[in-house]
Amino acid sequence: MKRMQTDNRILMWIDTRLPIFSYSSENLVSYPTPKNLSYWWNYGSIAGIVLVIMIVTGIFLAMNYQPHADVAFQSVERIVRDVNYGWLLRNLHMNGASMFFIVVYIHMFRGIYFGSYKAPRELLWMIGVTIYVCMMATAFMGYVLPWGQMSFWGATVITNLFSAIPLIGDYIVVWIWGGFSVDAPTINRFFVWHYLLPMILFMLVVVHMWALHIHKSNNPLGIEIKSPADMMPFHPFYTIKDLYGLGLFMIVFMFFVFFAPDFFGEPDNYIPADPMVTPPHIVPEWYFLPFYAILRAIPDKLGGVIVMFAGVLILYVLPWLDTSKVRAATYRPIFKQLFWIFVANALFLGWLGQKPSEGAYLIMAQLSTGYYFLFFLILPVLGKYEKTKPLPVSIFEEVRKKRRAKEA
Amino acid sequence: MSEISNPSPNGTIAENPEDEGKRDFLLISTTTLSLAGIGLAAWPFIHSINPAKDVLALASTEVDLSAIEEGQAVTTMWRGKPVFIRHRSAEEIEGAASVNLAELPDPQTDAERVQRPQWLITVGVCTHLGCIPSGQKLGDKKGDFGGWFCPCHGSHYDTSGRIRKGPAPFNLRIPEYNFIDDTTILIG
Repeated sequence: MKRMQTDNRILMWIDTRLPIFSYSSENLVSYPTPKNLSYWWNYGSIAGIVLVIMIVTGIFLAMNYQPHADVAFQSVERIVRDVNYGWLLRNLHMNGASMFFIVVYIHMFRGIYFGSYKAPRELLWMIGVTIYVCMMATAFMGYVLPWGQMSFWGATVITNLFSAIPLIGDYIVVWIWGGFSVDAPTINRFFVWHYLLPMILFMLVVVHMWALHIHKSNNPLGIEIKSPADMMPFHPFYTIKDLYGLGLFMIVFMFFVFFAPDFFGEPDNYIPADPMVTPPHIVPEWYFLPFYAILRAIPDKLGGVIVMFAGVLILYVLPWLDTSKVRAATYRPIFKQLFWIFVANALFLGWLGQKPSEGAYLIMAQLSTGYYFLFFLILPVLGKYEKTKPLPVSIFEEVRKKRRAKEA
Repeated sequence: MSEISNPSPNGTIAENPEDEGKRDFLLISTTTLSLAGIGLAAWPFIHSINPAKDVLALASTEVDLSAIEEGQAVTTMWRGKPVFIRHRSAEEIEGAASVNLAELPDPQTDAERVQRPQWLITVGVCTHLGCIPSGQKLGDKKGDFGGWFCPCHGSHYDTSGRIRKGPAPFNLRIPEYNFIDDTTILIG
């Protein structure tokens, strides 16, 4: 690590003993970044900031929330009605969850399109998938806490997935509940996990950043950084680009917070939990819908659960399924088409997830599930036979070429 | 930064000295606005842990005085703390009014401390370290001055709730209250 140069003796004294200034400077200021990053590279930093917003709003909500089955619903209503700016904290937290998933899904699709998971960034990708799994668990348990009808029945349905495990399934479910149904012990422990997991999530993000800073960011060309001419210092070029993107994102986020806070929610969740009545139409939050569609597409209980989890876990082995040496889809004509079909298919699965699972919907969901896995399973073969386009010589050359074309 | 030779695509960073002023202006205005924004955004968080509306709604207490006989005292709860209400006898009023102010650690006349002489209303929290003084019940120790005695560190209060002896620095606090009618008060 290069030592910071300064005349300030106090800063030097600290930096010699604990190089926080040198370290920050190396990773946030002079940090070398490919000079051709597009706006698709904004979503990582936005996701990090949304995580911080979620943690801060969550801490302040927890100061007024009561994780007990008898009063949880009222305590949330009290936050919205009586606590100063409680409505704002709750709307930020509630919509922040949806924003977090939108941003992370774009971030993941970006990674797939530009082959960011390929060597030497496999671990970076796998840590990212772990963050995603951790996010899903956190979001699910957070959704249970307001203790409305959707909270209660969502918790019942999702925890019952584990009853599909042969032999010990029923015991596992009782163990998760801490009783014979979703009840007071369940909401209490879910609150603890919902508070703990984001701390783990935050540490995973630190490790994600660590792995990122070893081999630096991938870039839209998907080629390695070859010389200093390919790079720019992170500050001020990308700090300002990230801030600009953040500003645009915040406009969208705040629109929902202030003008449509319940847009992503289910009205049924404003009915207090009732263990005696299941709502007629029960759907998970939108960010789980594609996986919900996969679950329901399989006509077998255990089979559905396995295939649904496989749908998430297959992401872990993506770096080894994709055998192509070329990263960016820009230079892979067939992969590019398969990728966009995959995106459309994922959105379609999400749409199917909120439709009843019968008739034509069921058949479409089965075909759609088929393509979801086909995309991954075709990659090993595709990498061997696909005829890729020639790659540019270097980032610097490509940037200069573009600039000349613009000036001409 | 030195290993990155060509930081911007056309290598024009700060080549023109005229740009320096513009850069400073942009930097300072961006920083100022950002800090103001962060400050404004922080307020809802800070304010959210102030007393909420339902807490404030319970911040005043109505007390019916009609059942309290002369010489009797009752304790009522107001904002989580005890409030002493004492229906003072003529001697107690007389005793409280005739004290030489020069003797008092926290000089205050009795008239300053009551709205109607027979009703003394004080917050029942010792001004030393927050214990509740005894003296409300018949058998209680009332201290050397016939008012209240704090068992924690031995502060003596008189029949006007003023500190007379012991470590407490101030007289018992008088809450804000109003007589709604002759026999009802609203505290807070």
